[in-house]
Amino acid sequence: MRVEITDGVIPSGEIVAGMKAGPDGAVCVFDGIVRDNSRGRKTLYLDYEAYREMALEQMRELAAEAVTKFGVRDVALVHRLGRLMVGETSVLVVVSSAHRGAAFEACRWLIDTLKKTVPIWKKEQFVDGAVWADGEPFPDEIIAASPETRG
Amino acid sequence: MRVRVLYFGVLRERLGGSQEWVGLVEGATVAEVLNVYRERLVDFPWDSIAVAVNQEYAKADVVLEEGDELALLPPVSGGLERYAG
Repeated sequence: MRVEITDGVIPSGEIVAGMKAGPDGAVCVFDGIVRDNSRGRKTLYLDYEAYREMALEQMRELAAEAVTKFGVRDVALVHRLGRLMVGETSVLVVVSSAHRGAAFEACRWLIDTLKKTVPIWKKEQFVDGAVWADGEPFPDEIIAASPETRG
Repeated sequence: MRVRVLYFGVLRERLGGSQEWVGLVEGATVAEVLNVYRERLVDFPWDSIAVAVNQEYAKADVVLEEGDELALLPPVSGGLERYAG
């Protein structure tokens, strides 16, 4: 499995090519790229930051879990940090599998779970301001405060 | 005892910095650290953050030990525009 957090450009083509092997009948790729707008505002760029060591460990666990859960052969999970311009790849998920069904399911599960549970944040920079935004809230089981102690 | 507190994203901007040491009584829990920060940023949605202790997600009742690394992880939801820096 190839699991990385990088400050440089993600070599998507090279990673996808390296994920193909004899037993595979499918390679499913999710290439998450920077969109040029958000909630009606024009995006200039995004700044990504992470709790790096923890995020990498969480990503390793997700990749391993995907292999077990969906029975796919191999997973690549790469996230980029720092300033990304419109059109650049921020996250790449690649799943190799004998059959396409498992590859699609694992790929979808990986990106959805990563966005909910891996400690990575992005700040959107617009022409007229900036916001920390546009992700997923933590699932209840991860939130620190219990319902009784929430003030 | 002391624990090292790290914070990220909007919390890093609001608190001004990215980490600090916080002094606590022996046997203190995650909840007590949260209370320290609740007082510093009263308008922040503390009930929706996650906390990691030594890089594992932890609930409010987890007991801390000397030298623990505690991270305050703000939500990454789209509903936080009013907290923008």
